[in-house]
Amino acid sequence: MAGLFSANAWNKVWIYRGTFLMGLKNTVISAGFGLLLSLCIGMILGLFATSGKKPLAAIARAYVELIQNTPLLLQMCFLYYALAFSGHSLGILVTGVLSLGIYHGAYVAEVVRAGIEAVPKGQFEAAFSQGFGYLGRMTYIILPQSIKVILPPMVNQVVNIFKNTSCLYIVGGADLISITYSFVTGENTGGAYAPAYLVSGLLFFIVCCPLSSLASMWEISLKKREDRSGRMDRKRSERVA
Amino acid sequence: MEAPLFCISREKEGTAMIKLENVNKYFGDLHVLRDVNLEVKEGEKLVIIGPSGSGKSTTVRCMNFLEEPNSGHVYIDGEELTHRNKTQLVRRTTSMVFQQFNLYPHMTVLKNLVLAPMKLHHKSREEAEELAYHYLDVVGLREKAHVYPTTLSGGQQQRIAIARALCMQSKIILFDEPTSALDPETIQEVLDVMIKLAKENITMVVVTHEMGFARQVADRVIFMADGQILEEGTPDQFFENPQNERLKTFLGKIIRK
Ligand SMILES: Nc1ncnc2c1ncn2[C@@H]1O[C@H](COP(=O)(O)OP(=O)(O)O)[C@@H](O)[C@H]1O
Ligand SMILES: [Mg+2]
Repeated sequence: MAGLFSANAWNKVWIYRGTFLMGLKNTVISAGFGLLLSLCIGMILGLFATSGKKPLAAIARAYVELIQNTPLLLQMCFLYYALAFSGHSLGILVTGVLSLGIYHGAYVAEVVRAGIEAVPKGQFEAAFSQGFGYLGRMTYIILPQSIKVILPPMVNQVVNIFKNTSCLYIVGGADLISITYSFVTGENTGGAYAPAYLVSGLLFFIVCCPLSSLASMWEISLKKREDRSGRMDRKRSERVA
Repeated sequence: MEAPLFCISREKEGTAMIKLENVNKYFGDLHVLRDVNLEVKEGEKLVIIGPSGSGKSTTVRCMNFLEEPNSGHVYIDGEELTHRNKTQLVRRTTSMVFQQFNLYPHMTVLKNLVLAPMKLHHKSREEAEELAYHYLDVVGLREKAHVYPTTLSGGQQQRIAIARALCMQSKIILFDEPTSALDPETIQEVLDVMIKLAKENITMVVVTHEMGFARQVADRVIFMADGQILEEGTPDQFFENPQNERLKTFLGKIIRK
């Protein structure tokens, strides 16, 4: 077992640095395309949830509950093994993108829903009374106001999807965590646990920390702005009596 | 009602611009509008008064389908307002001024005014801005074109909201308690704009507690209570010689206030 202070172990990691970077690349790709998919799913379901149409809202609710109340690991295994056994193997990259997109789509849907619901009812009414149809209402009036509520938690979703690529290890992925695991258990490379996991963790941290700092700074400045215009906003959101 | 005989000289004069026919509205078990029948003629200024909770807002909101009646018919400019045609018909015929202004806070005043004319009426930016500045002059706020609405006082916001409604160039403007959310000192500036408007041929339906305003501009006043129209008349009949007991009590309270 090569410890933290073994020059030999660190050297091994250095020699195989390309492998780690390859893992990072795969993680970025899975997270990136997964994010795109989750945005599409989340946007559509968020609009469903706030459409005021019961069947659409029920679809959105069912999806969100189903996905949020089962583990991502299980969903990945299901997608990978269940389909593989039925003879339609998707391949590891597609499995990653799909499962991450489906899973985070549920969270994005909730973020979008909350963002739309944060816009006072009077804004919908003003838009409707001017003759804007659903699309016009959303495009020009509602979504531009939701976006400031949606963005900070969305950045947190990016961080989460990035970290959740690690679950791909269960189906033998090529992401950063899976690669690290293969590295420390490999025949030629095995043993350099501490340095390998430190490097791997550092790579995650370098990507995620700026993002989550951005998100929390964003949230704080949003709160400040809200407090300043709080009186106005409260007035506006009171229901027409 | 005028005798139809006198109306044939001017083509549309006297025809109903808004007509509610046996309109019923429920919120759950609450029967909010009970068989309301009402006609508003082209160019008429109708004022609706009544205690809070009597269904005034709901009545006005049925006129542009912000509320959909459970039964009965709503006709706007001769055409029945239905679930299918609401967006188009509302776009063409009515605009609305709300108690809470409901200006779009993420846009400057000018953007608020040109949005619908450009996106819905397909006016060019030049045309839309010309229109916007014209109505900003009407409400006396041209110099506020480039500020955001939340930086304005309530009275100013409501005048902008009126300008926005005017930019729709619709035949009907609905006002739902336009001065009720305002600080007392800014009420008059809004009423002044509305009095100015009342001189035009536009059809106005105004829910208000401002009796002075009602007397000055209304062609007709109706009194609502419990989802019904209990009395209807010219301002003179209405305020000098009210018949209905509840109206008498109501006027007594309002005037003492
Ligand atoms: N969206 C709604 N849901 C449930 N009840 C409502 C809703 N809107 C209005 N009401 C009720 O309907 C009645 C009439 O309301 P409204 O038309 O706003 O009265 P007014 O404008 O005369 O004060 C009130 O009792 C009110 O509480
Ligand atoms: Mg009301």
